[in-house]
Amino acid sequence: MSETAVSEMSFEQAMAELEQVVGQLERGDVALEESIKLYERGAELRKRCDQKLKEAEEKVAAITLDAEGTPTGTKPVEGL
Amino acid sequence: MDLIDDDGATNTPEYTVSELSGAVKRTIEGEFGFVRVKGEVGRVSRPRSGHVYLDLKDDRAVIAGVMWKGVAARLQTQPEEGMEVVATGRLTTFPGQSKYQIVIDDIRPAGMGALMAMLEKRKAALQAEGLFDPARKKKLPYLPDIIGVVTSPSGAVIRDILHRLRDRFPRKVLIWPVAVQGAACAPEVARAIAGFNALGPGGALPRPDLIIVARGGGSVEDLWGFNEEVVARAAANSTIPLISAVGHETDTTLIDFVSDMRAPTPTAAAELAVPVRMELLSFVAEAGARMTRAMGQRLEMRGQRLRDLSRALPRPEDLVEGPRQRLDVLGDRLPGALRRMVDRQRLRLSEQAGSLRPSVLRRAIAAEQARMADRASRLSPALTRRVQAERQGFDRLAARLTLRAAMREMQAGRDRLATLSRRLDEAQRARVTGLRGTLEALDRLRETLGYRETLRRGYAVVRGDGQVVTTRGQAEAAHGLEIEFADGRLKLGGGGARKPAKPAKPPEQGSLF
Repeated sequence: MSETAVSEMSFEQAMAELEQVVGQLERGDVALEESIKLYERGAELRKRCDQKLKEAEEKVAAITLDAEGTPTGTKPVEGL
Repeated sequence: MDLIDDDGATNTPEYTVSELSGAVKRTIEGEFGFVRVKGEVGRVSRPRSGHVYLDLKDDRAVIAGVMWKGVAARLQTQPEEGMEVVATGRLTTFPGQSKYQIVIDDIRPAGMGALMAMLEKRKAALQAEGLFDPARKKKLPYLPDIIGVVTSPSGAVIRDILHRLRDRFPRKVLIWPVAVQGAACAPEVARAIAGFNALGPGGALPRPDLIIVARGGGSVEDLWGFNEEVVARAAANSTIPLISAVGHETDTTLIDFVSDMRAPTPTAAAELAVPVRMELLSFVAEAGARMTRAMGQRLEMRGQRLRDLSRALPRPEDLVEGPRQRLDVLGDRLPGALRRMVDRQRLRLSEQAGSLRPSVLRRAIAAEQARMADRASRLSPALTRRVQAERQGFDRLAARLTLRAAMREMQAGRDRLATLSRRLDEAQRARVTGLRGTLEALDRLRETLGYRETLRRGYAVVRGDGQVVTTRGQAEAAHGLEIEFADGRLKLGGGGARKPAKPAKPPEQGSLF
């Protein structure tokens, strides 16, 4: 099990490790102490995943370009 | 005269250069005000003005052509050197340089064959460079935060993409507006891809983690911009993973070969771009539930086991009673046992101590000393004997090793030499003695035989004038005579004194003279 800080994990990493943690807990072949630690890590991972999933906001913007075709900024796009 | 000498003796009118140029211009522009010409594109130049200058040629002739800026921008397919084209336009002349050219209104590939051949050539070149190498393809992010879309800002394509993203997992989307057909398409798309890549993490505009280059369906000419090399190279150079979604499923453009993932449609591109949020939510919820359940079961199981074990534990009193009783019994037996033990040990001690007198030890020591002395006394003679034996052996060998034989040989030689020299001496002496004896004998013989002995017996020798005189005549003739007796000589007559010539002569004879 990698010990990357959960808060720095991508959604994909957090999900993969969560799956692993659940599998280990279900197999029941870890000591009680260890299983408590696993559970805590699993809870953290789950929180991380939930948080990433909550970030599901739609924001659409179009880049504005000057006459030379260089980007100058963005303008919101609506109604699409 | 005049008639004959007149060199302008024709009725051909005389033009000025401008007039002639003007006439040519009118004729050409009138005659070729609208033409279609098929040929191969030669050199193409595109100055900053935006106009396009190119040559049209076949194997025998060349016509210069020009395309004004507005026309060039409208073109679906940009002319390239080597392309077979059909150009539509009108001829004009350029009187200042005695030139003519075609002003092109439209130019398009001479049939699909020409276009496709060109595309195949380009594709092969890029493949040879390794731009299609599967090892170059980057993995798409599982859940991109920001998606950059390069497409037309209006139209069905961006709408399809946004709808599908919204259904699956709403994300931040940055649209880079581009022309998706015409001359501007390829440079704008290439610029947009490079532009997204140029965005830094801390810049005013956020950098996307995924790029979608999308366009709806259309004719091959409509999609042509995505076959341009500049677009393919921009896609290949993108460090941000890139999905291409150009045209319908059956359309394949050059960008599809270099993109990290090709989506058959823009909608499919959105599906490739993000996972389905609801599925993930339910996965996470399910994982949480499974985890809690597993933990709960585990705790429950252990709790149960703990209860079972604690029920099976006996009462402390039961554990203690038996041992206590044994303790009592043993405690009673302890003092007696200890005493008996001490007695037994004391007995053993006295038995052992009896045999532990100093005299025993002393005897043992004395015996050992005697043994030692014996050994010691035998040690030195033994060594001496040994040395002697060895020395004798050595001497024997040494004696055999000396010059004894040689010495003996020498001694024998010396003895023989002495013997021989003795024998030599003796022999010599004997010989000398012998010889001396012989010599003496001979000398005696000589003496005996000599005249002197005869003298002793009474004979004498007469000499006259130094010569022995044996006759009377001689004696008479001699001036003087000398008679030798045994005891000396006697001279007769001084210088003539007469002397008896011989003692044997009768003295009367002498008295006569």
